[in-house]
Amino acid sequence: MNMFQNKKKWVALFLGPALLILAFVLIYPSVQTVILSFMDQQSEHFVGIKNYIYAFTNRDMLISFRNNLMWLIFFTAGTVGVGLILAILTDKIKYEKFAKSVIFLPMAISFVGAGVIWKFVYTFRPPGSKQIGLLNQLMITLGLQPEGWLIQGPWMNNLSLIFVGIWIWTGFCMVILSASYKGIPKDMLEAGRVDGANEWQVFRHIIFPTMKPTIAVVATTMVVNVLKIFDVVYVMTNGNYRTEVIANRMYKEMFQYRNFGRASAIAVVLFVFIIPVIIMNIKRMKGEES
Amino acid sequence: MNLRKTSSRIFLNIIILLFMLIWVLPTLGLLITSFRPEEAVSNSGWWTVLNNPLKFTQFTLENYKQVLGSAGMDTAFRNSFFIAIMGTLLPVMAAAFAAFSLAKIEFKGRGLAYALIVGLLVVPLQLTFIPILKIFNILGIAGTFPGLWLVHTGYGLPFAVFMLHNFFVSLPDDLFEAAYIDGASMWTVFYRLALPLSIPALASLIIFQFLWVWNDLLVALIYLGGNRSVAPLTVRLSSLVGSYGQDWHLLTAAAFVSMIVPLIIFFSLQRYFVRGILAGSVKG
Repeated sequence: MNMFQNKKKWVALFLGPALLILAFVLIYPSVQTVILSFMDQQSEHFVGIKNYIYAFTNRDMLISFRNNLMWLIFFTAGTVGVGLILAILTDKIKYEKFAKSVIFLPMAISFVGAGVIWKFVYTFRPPGSKQIGLLNQLMITLGLQPEGWLIQGPWMNNLSLIFVGIWIWTGFCMVILSASYKGIPKDMLEAGRVDGANEWQVFRHIIFPTMKPTIAVVATTMVVNVLKIFDVVYVMTNGNYRTEVIANRMYKEMFQYRNFGRASAIAVVLFVFIIPVIIMNIKRMKGEES
Repeated sequence: MNLRKTSSRIFLNIIILLFMLIWVLPTLGLLITSFRPEEAVSNSGWWTVLNNPLKFTQFTLENYKQVLGSAGMDTAFRNSFFIAIMGTLLPVMAAAFAAFSLAKIEFKGRGLAYALIVGLLVVPLQLTFIPILKIFNILGIAGTFPGLWLVHTGYGLPFAVFMLHNFFVSLPDDLFEAAYIDGASMWTVFYRLALPLSIPALASLIIFQFLWVWNDLLVALIYLGGNRSVAPLTVRLSSLVGSYGQDWHLLTAAAFVSMIVPLIIFFSLQRYFVRGILAGSVKG
């Protein structure tokens, strides 16, 4: 609309507060953090790229990169894969809505709450004593030994944590993928079946290619989640037993070691990892809208 | 052929039920354990309750009494409300004004302003912690609610503007012009026309933002520190995990207290909830 009087006054009044807050909470601090990442512990002296060298060579940092990579692969594959399977399977049953609600439910609760739920499931008691954790009781019922799921690394404890992430986010993937699956014209699938294709072939040659753009959006969204993952690890192991991830590392540098230079450098690294993925995502969403 | 169809039908149902079990059992175990006495919890698994589920004497409210009293989850519950209500209203209000002006008033630089705000979606919160905390320490608002409200407003704004802008753009311009010709001021057009029309979008956004703040751990941890008197449920619960370690009768009760409000929202407002969560997926 181009007809209002005192337009400038109204724009300043409507848009001003938001821009001021954003400048203070997001824009200024982001620039400042980049500067701090080239300064020492107390932000007093310029130290060049020392903090970045630390970020890419320190042993604990390398462990957190490795763990984040494990998260990236297994969490993304798990959430998108199981989400896709459930999106297709639940379409064929009568209690579809109910089943989907159950899978989506963890999205409502906090990651801290989910962490406590699963820490209890993983509870370990030495062999011979009564197990109170569901998973180790299951192991014993199957005639196996109870395990310290969150302690033994690098595979078992990291995968146990990653599974909690999958448990939380699969419902999200399922709902989006389900909407996309239902958008495929039913005659297209029927035509394939009439031509003699089996279910796997129908999936490979019709369902998957049609859903590919949506799968890509969901997958990139999960990748962003993974790079910022913090709560689950913080609550369940606090990064002990070499389960640390990048975001936890930054928190520790900031509060435990009070090294603002290193913490800033880690934050910048995180930002650089995230940027291309989010830009890709926003571009895709724009493409879908138009 | 028919036999094959029936057997694959059964197989399908078994798989789905298996998934549903994996999703329900852990939460069910938490809920049951939270009502069991301390001794029972440490001596037997929660599933033993299922042997005679109707024996109500095996359940107790003692854990909740303790958790809401000495463990401080009652204070944390109040704090969570204070934080989440203002942490939702402020960003949604600021975003509604901003999104309206960006969508419905033509002015120089509006494309740039919109691109800037939406571009901020890519900033991970971690990138802002240290400088803001330094300023908060100087201003003396580290560890206070107003400080936390301010950062939640800033963190929530880009997505809120993005979502509401998309909605306002879809409303026809003629509508607003007609109202204006009838003598309405910009404020009246916004307040009497744009806001009421956008109630469905606002509802999804409010639910999304409220749950985001309610479930947030990291932001509260950074700006409130370890101060118990202002800590929300998530912070209190995670510190109980550290101090109560294996006292599962208390941890399970505390966890359930932290989950009750989101669960009520989930079951009563599921449609808006799902819509808000899906839209919110672009949030960086």
